[in-house]
Amino acid sequence: MTKRRIVIRNQSAEANLFARRAFIAFAGVVLVLLILFGNIFSLQVDSFEKYKTRSNSNRIKLLPVAPNRGLITDRNGVLLADNKPVYSLEVIAEDVKNLKESIAQVSQLLDINTERQEKFFKSLKQKRRFKPVELHSRLSDQQVALFSVNQHKFPGIFVNARLKRYYPFSDLTTHNLGYVARINRKDLNKLEREGKSDNYAATYGIGRLGIERYYEELLHGTIGHQEVEINNQGRVIRTLNYTPPVPGKDLKLTLDIELQMIAKRALSGHRGAIVAMDPRTGEILAMYSNPSYDGNLFVHGISSKDYKKLLNSKDLPLINRSVQGYPPASTVKPFLALTGLEENIVTEKTEIYDPGWYQLEGLPNRYRDWKLWGHGNVDLSKAIEQSCNTYFFDLAFKLGITRISNMMYQFGFGDYTGIDIHEESKGIMPSIAWKRARYNKPWYTGETLSVGIGQSYWTVTPLQLAQALTTLVNHGERKVPHLLKANSELVIESNGNTYHQITPTSYEPRPPLTLKKDKHWDVVLKAMHNTVQKVGATAYTPFKGVTYDASGKTGSAQVAGIKQDEKYDAESRTENERDNAMFIAFAPFDKPEIVVAVAIENVAKGGGATNAAPVAKQIMDQYFGDRVITSKTHQVATTLPLKAKTPSTIATTH
Amino acid sequence: MRSSGQDQQKSRSIWQRLHIDVPLLIGILALLFLGLFLVYSAGGQESAIVYRKIRSIGVALLGMFIIAQIPPLAYRKWAVPVFILGLLMLSSVLLFGHVGKGAQRWLDLGVIKFQPSEVMKLIVPIMIAWFVSQENLPVKISTVILAFILVLLPTLLIAKQPDLGTALLIASSGIFVIFLAGASWRLIGVCVGLASAFVPILWMFLMKDYQKQRVMTFLNPEQDPLGSGYHIIQSKIAIGSGGIQGKGWLQGTQSQLEFLPERHTDFIFSVFSEEFGLIGVAILLAVYLFVVMRGLWIAVNAQHAFTKLLAGSLTLTFFVYVFVNIGMVSGLLPVVGVPLPLVSYGGTSMVTLLLGFGILMAISTHRRFHV
Repeated sequence: MTKRRIVIRNQSAEANLFARRAFIAFAGVVLVLLILFGNIFSLQVDSFEKYKTRSNSNRIKLLPVAPNRGLITDRNGVLLADNKPVYSLEVIAEDVKNLKESIAQVSQLLDINTERQEKFFKSLKQKRRFKPVELHSRLSDQQVALFSVNQHKFPGIFVNARLKRYYPFSDLTTHNLGYVARINRKDLNKLEREGKSDNYAATYGIGRLGIERYYEELLHGTIGHQEVEINNQGRVIRTLNYTPPVPGKDLKLTLDIELQMIAKRALSGHRGAIVAMDPRTGEILAMYSNPSYDGNLFVHGISSKDYKKLLNSKDLPLINRSVQGYPPASTVKPFLALTGLEENIVTEKTEIYDPGWYQLEGLPNRYRDWKLWGHGNVDLSKAIEQSCNTYFFDLAFKLGITRISNMMYQFGFGDYTGIDIHEESKGIMPSIAWKRARYNKPWYTGETLSVGIGQSYWTVTPLQLAQALTTLVNHGERKVPHLLKANSELVIESNGNTYHQITPTSYEPRPPLTLKKDKHWDVVLKAMHNTVQKVGATAYTPFKGVTYDASGKTGSAQVAGIKQDEKYDAESRTENERDNAMFIAFAPFDKPEIVVAVAIENVAKGGGATNAAPVAKQIMDQYFGDRVITSKTHQVATTLPLKAKTPSTIATTH
Repeated sequence: MRSSGQDQQKSRSIWQRLHIDVPLLIGILALLFLGLFLVYSAGGQESAIVYRKIRSIGVALLGMFIIAQIPPLAYRKWAVPVFILGLLMLSSVLLFGHVGKGAQRWLDLGVIKFQPSEVMKLIVPIMIAWFVSQENLPVKISTVILAFILVLLPTLLIAKQPDLGTALLIASSGIFVIFLAGASWRLIGVCVGLASAFVPILWMFLMKDYQKQRVMTFLNPEQDPLGSGYHIIQSKIAIGSGGIQGKGWLQGTQSQLEFLPERHTDFIFSVFSEEFGLIGVAILLAVYLFVVMRGLWIAVNAQHAFTKLLAGSLTLTFFVYVFVNIGMVSGLLPVVGVPLPLVSYGGTSMVTLLLGFGILMAISTHRRFHV
């Protein structure tokens, strides 16, 4: 102690005081330790499960693994839609330090053009956090190599290999297959609404049109998962578990790619469409719309330049003409004739006299036949063989629009055929009610006469024609046109636990169309047989010499082929005023195996017989090859009718 | 120490002459040893970090040994000048100090950089113990008030740096002296009341934004789970998911996969709890309790009021480390930067702690001095 202040201390009292205080402090220490331990106990024992779960969800992440999309083949197994590895350059913006600079550098290194860069920055704005965005969708092998060497300079930028759709036949199959395109915001919203977004977590593309869209659920497959352990940076440390994805179902189509090629060749230089169908099943053998476009362009994200080109093309390649409405013109005459028979307006033997025109009583207008001086005495068969307008003006007048349209509905006109693509148009089967609803105007008798020769408001799709013809050749038995022949497992799981078999037989058609007299079918079919087989009939010349016993009906219409926007109309007015050539055919006569419908827009010269019939013939030639078939049920009269002549080019319709 | 006179004489010839308190040393070494294992696990299983810790342990143990050789009453002579020097250094830290992590704590003297606040952890209890032991215990009110002012000066200077953790420890060390010196309960009640009144002032004028944020986060960590609440949430997940048995050494996913922040320093207890579970926690707390018991035993058995108060304060302050650290990582207290004593990685605080234990050992072993 210091010498200045000497304190007399009571040592034992101090010691006792201190010991007391120390003991209190010790008690406090024990109390605090108990509190600490109690808290740890509640964390580790009471809340153990909760924190264990949270610890696991911290470190365990499910990485989605995209299933391989099902392949698509034609009826003979020729691959129409394949999956090919494609290398894309992708960027996780959050991982890149200086985004603009890095993108500029990597673009310079790999020679990526400014359009792609702009597109990248655009899509960057609508992406999810930490989701990669594509800078380049298709790197060449050289670019991949070049980037790999320099990868260390570009954190957050990487090359991704994934399988992308490839259509080896390019534009030949696009209108049927559609294409797979990148999933966009709209698709995502739709998938979310349908509760399918989880299954698409790793998927790049979705079927946008055609088969790819219609059978998206079958083709897509089921997502797989890789369970990985990650650290706090989200970096994968190791794989814990792997659930492989279930690949999509392979689809076999009814198409015959060789027939499809013939269709394309036959239509080259024209705008138009062909549908070839097996009337026994409804299987579509060929369906081609010209001009077409390459679906592969869309798989990789079409450039705006290419897209504008397609969009602004006067030939409208994006439109699938096989399912767009055309005025049917004379191709519907067999169906109208059948209606006349069925409604007892005419019989097989009823004749009219055709002076070359038709006139309604008390009205000044004369409705002209395509043949200026008329066909003379005309019965039903001759009216079809020669495509006599006067006969059908008269028939239509006597039938009236309501009976016509009611019967035409029976053949599927004005309604969807039910084909397994979504792009189908219904066409228009006009009626009094339809006109009231559409134009709020009454129906005029003159319009009935036009309907009698397949004009007026009436539009049909080539596919509808093929379907109607199928019903006709099948004596009323209907078939639903379809492109899917089979899928690899033939089973699809639908809502809940119900299983549906998707087989060709499951395209449920309406019940068969029955006539009051079954022989009416043959009357009309024989007339169509004559149209091709009889010397001098409208379709005789184009099918001269074929051995497969074809039947058919021509048609020509002087209207714009399909609905087009104003700009198109204005720019191509003169071309647009030219005839559309139509043709329907089936063969062989006795047991038809194929029906064909052809529509060609704005032909330079001639009509259905000279333009559309030869196209149908090429398809049938390919289909039948060297087969020789003759009819046992119908002998075509070989005598030449008196005033027989090949169709004239000045005709309105024939 | 040994109980019988004969044995005491013998053992004194070995350990007492070295001024080593064996039970205390055992407790300390146990904690240091555990720290090595945990730092290896928490530091990404790198041996380098373990070697660095071993080196600083060596330095600190040496420091402890040297301090233990000094007769504790000698501190009294130096208490006042060293205390004044300490205050000057703290002031100069605020004026010229080196800024690290948003706070001025380091003083760069050219040759060495050091934290005056760390030294103050020893100087303040010495100073206050000297101050109150001038007179007979229990302390008078006037002495208590003066002592409070003496504590408050360095505390405020350190809080201003800002270093809330150290300020808290230093304030505690002084208050413990006053408490052990027998301040009347009524006085303690008044002080607690004043302290409560001080809280709003602290909040409004003294605390920096990040400190306020910490308190807000403490009150509701789930409010901002990815932001400021992240640390405490991840820490609780680590502790809770350890369960009773723990995930095993080096097997803690929260720590190995780096979800835990500050794993090898302030949050090392979370690593420990995750890997060794409740059983480990019980053992660790028992070791701490043992060290505290031994420290208090030394204090009670010290022969002079000054050494009693000093030993008691050092021991209880050591326990404040334990309480604040475990309390904060398990969500009982807001996050203030206080390490888990002797276990966390970090040389500075360990050196201070071991020097403190050196003083305890000196008090325990320099028995024969004149009153």
